[in-house]
Amino acid sequence: MILDAKIPEGPIAEKWTRYKATIPLVNPANKRNIEIIVVGTGLAGASAAATLGEMGYKVKAFCFQDSPRRAHSIAAQGGINAAKNYSNDGDSVHRLFYDTIKGGDYRSREANVHRLAEVSTAIIDQCVAQGVPFAREYGGLLDNRSFGGVQVSRTFYAKGQTGQQLLLGAYSALSRQIGRKQVQIFSRHEMLDVVIIDGKARGIIARDLITGKLERHFGHAVVLATGGYGNVFFLSTNAMGSNTTAIWKAHKKGAFFGNPCFTQIHPTCIPVSGDHQSKLTLMSESLRNDGRIWVPKKKDDSRKAVDIPEEERDYYLERRYPAFGNLVPRDIASRAAKERCDAGYGVGSSKMAVYLDFSDSIRRLGKDVIEARYGNLFEIYEKITGEDPYTTPMRIYPAVHYTMGGLWVDYNLMTTIPGLYATGECNFSDHGANRLGASALMQGLADGYFVLPITIGEFLSKDIRTKAIPTDHPEFEKAEKEAQERIARLMSIKGSKPVDHFHKELGKVMWEYCGMARNAEGLQKAKKMVQDIRTSFWKEVIIPGSADETNQELEKALRVADFLELGELMIDDAFDRNESCGGHFREEYQTEDGEALRDDNNYAYVSAWEYKGDNQAEVLHKEPLVFENVKLVQRSYK
Amino acid sequence: MKITLKVWRQQNGKTPGNFNTYTLPDVSEDMSFLEMFDVLNDELIRKGEDPIAFDHDCREGICGMCSMYINGRAHGPLTGTTTCQLHMRHFNDGDTIVVEPWRASAFPIIKDLMVDRSAFDRVIQAGGFISVNTGNAVDANSIPIPKEDADKAFDAAACIGCGACVATCKNASAMLFVSAKVSQLALLPQGQPERHLRVKKMVEVMDEEGFGNCTNTGACEVECPKGISLDHIARMNRDYLVSNIVD
Repeated sequence: MILDAKIPEGPIAEKWTRYKATIPLVNPANKRNIEIIVVGTGLAGASAAATLGEMGYKVKAFCFQDSPRRAHSIAAQGGINAAKNYSNDGDSVHRLFYDTIKGGDYRSREANVHRLAEVSTAIIDQCVAQGVPFAREYGGLLDNRSFGGVQVSRTFYAKGQTGQQLLLGAYSALSRQIGRKQVQIFSRHEMLDVVIIDGKARGIIARDLITGKLERHFGHAVVLATGGYGNVFFLSTNAMGSNTTAIWKAHKKGAFFGNPCFTQIHPTCIPVSGDHQSKLTLMSESLRNDGRIWVPKKKDDSRKAVDIPEEERDYYLERRYPAFGNLVPRDIASRAAKERCDAGYGVGSSKMAVYLDFSDSIRRLGKDVIEARYGNLFEIYEKITGEDPYTTPMRIYPAVHYTMGGLWVDYNLMTTIPGLYATGECNFSDHGANRLGASALMQGLADGYFVLPITIGEFLSKDIRTKAIPTDHPEFEKAEKEAQERIARLMSIKGSKPVDHFHKELGKVMWEYCGMARNAEGLQKAKKMVQDIRTSFWKEVIIPGSADETNQELEKALRVADFLELGELMIDDAFDRNESCGGHFREEYQTEDGEALRDDNNYAYVSAWEYKGDNQAEVLHKEPLVFENVKLVQRSYK
Repeated sequence: MKITLKVWRQQNGKTPGNFNTYTLPDVSEDMSFLEMFDVLNDELIRKGEDPIAFDHDCREGICGMCSMYINGRAHGPLTGTTTCQLHMRHFNDGDTIVVEPWRASAFPIIKDLMVDRSAFDRVIQAGGFISVNTGNAVDANSIPIPKEDADKAFDAAACIGCGACVATCKNASAMLFVSAKVSQLALLPQGQPERHLRVKKMVEVMDEEGFGNCTNTGACEVECPKGISLDHIARMNRDYLVSNIVD
């Protein structure tokens, strides 16, 4: 199969406009007869479901949470980027496009990223119209802040709760369509498989998490907006329920998986405190606007932070990257923290932490200003650690946060299965090998409000004569039976170890060998380890209760079974990519001063993996990345 | 720390429930309350017993999914804190802690500590939005909003929809939740065209769903993990009155 990204002709700045003007449409009378399934109700899913409903399509939306308002987009803190240039600092669509391509270390697709930058401004307008209470200046106009990897202020925010406010905006638009009966909502439902009929995605199998019953749902098209797979590492900033099942099942049915090894490790998270830890908590990147990162100059310095005089502190980001200082991109800040801790300069009892210090800013701006900007974040920090960041520097360490990889999609956001779309974090498309801060919210809403509802017309316009397919079709029966058998097999193991045991084991291997730094030898070792954990999982896991009732252990087991397969593919992908780029740091490939060393001659491609069957090696396809508008250079923030 | 837990167990909405007692001999003070439940569940599963079902997701105090009634208080003893952000350092060695689900007839029990809060969604579906289709918006800065109003609207919009207000209210009233949304949109210029219709529709569905009446005891404000103020209830009452007069 030859990958066709279907990038429209024409100069980059005109592609989207021209394409929109020529895309086939579905007329309103026909939209009424077309059903679309949207899985996931985060920013990408809720905005898509709402918009498709407004357009007149019949939509079914699914989420595993008890309400669509709880999807994990809600936890995004810092902000959302848009090329509004309200700050009059020289921002433009081109600059946002360029920053995103460069920030992604030249491993994303130009046409998609440019479109993202173009629609970014409309997102802010839409959200304000919905009543999203962004931060404002005293003149009543919108305020902006800076984020990592850029030199303009283009980030719109609502305190440290921007994701919450944007999601509640999308949720309100979705709720409106549910009230109008344009959208039917299925909460506490988990998608377990996609149903393919005559080569097209035509529905899903979902499990009602309360009754345990399997359900069949038809759709002329299926949109996945199911988020990232960072929980493959067990400990991450993702919500406990975030999982890969929907996209992994789609992958096994024929959707190629793009760049699975591209994982974002966020530099500023609260460090691990013990074995009981269930998740990690992010401290927003926006804190690096006013916080300075440092470690002691002396190894194993056990003095309290406040007792270490100024001249004995190493502000290593400011030292190494004077142009961007504390606001270097995430991959660079994370590696720099790891480097210092590995070299013995870490702080705290575990020595695996660095300081994020606000004392300078508090002196300069006053405590009130800092409190207004970051009050809720400081509170979260104090609740978790019991320490007051107004008087003691925060201790932070990198943690798994976001996955740039995901299902491969073309310009229409369609996967390699016709009629199956992937939007938001669950596709691979816009962030290359490293995502810039405040760009995830932008992409989720761009895809859901402004891109997918239009591009999906290309597929659906050919389907206006297709009647709803009854769910007693043999393909529905087959898919349900497969899901049923998998559940029955899991329930029948009756081993001795809980699901979490295997999930933690997997997480340790992934973090150690496929985390912030990777090398060929370690990856080979890890592949075997993951296979072994998978084997013992299917022999030794225990799931109490039955499958015909509310059973949270069964839910976890189904998710972890898929993580155990995905983990191996991530390792394969990291092993294949003999270069360092963005968040993918192969220790064999680095510059003399420890920066990522790309190999554009051999690796300027998207890896798109094709599933070939259980226990068979996946086949790698390559989509070459062509850069016509940006010159490939060694990424520098010095 | 040694902790004794008395936890409400109930197989499903149709069967009666009861308290079960569990003892945890070695709880770390750095654990969150939910991590303590993880440890207990791990133990139960290894013994082949049914683990305790409870709702949780983000574990950073923002998704609003966690919902435990701890020692007679929604989300436990700390103010401004969700259960997932409550740490064991706020308890003492030897404590006995009683854990129940949210109790309100509009929030039926699903299993153990899980309840069905979809009534909240239906209230929002009735009118908790501004009717603006995608693509209809004007430039964001063409609607200047005084900072003070924007900040007040934000404070109302910070509601996480957890239901602590309902759980803690002796009447199981949802006034704080409903008024937070009514108030957020009433404070903003974008919310004006539908202001009166919105409050009427939302209150109507709130009543249909079986939430109780408000008697201004203020318990909801005390227990709200996001500090949503009673002022919003006052604002909603005023808007509701005006909307009836306007008709």
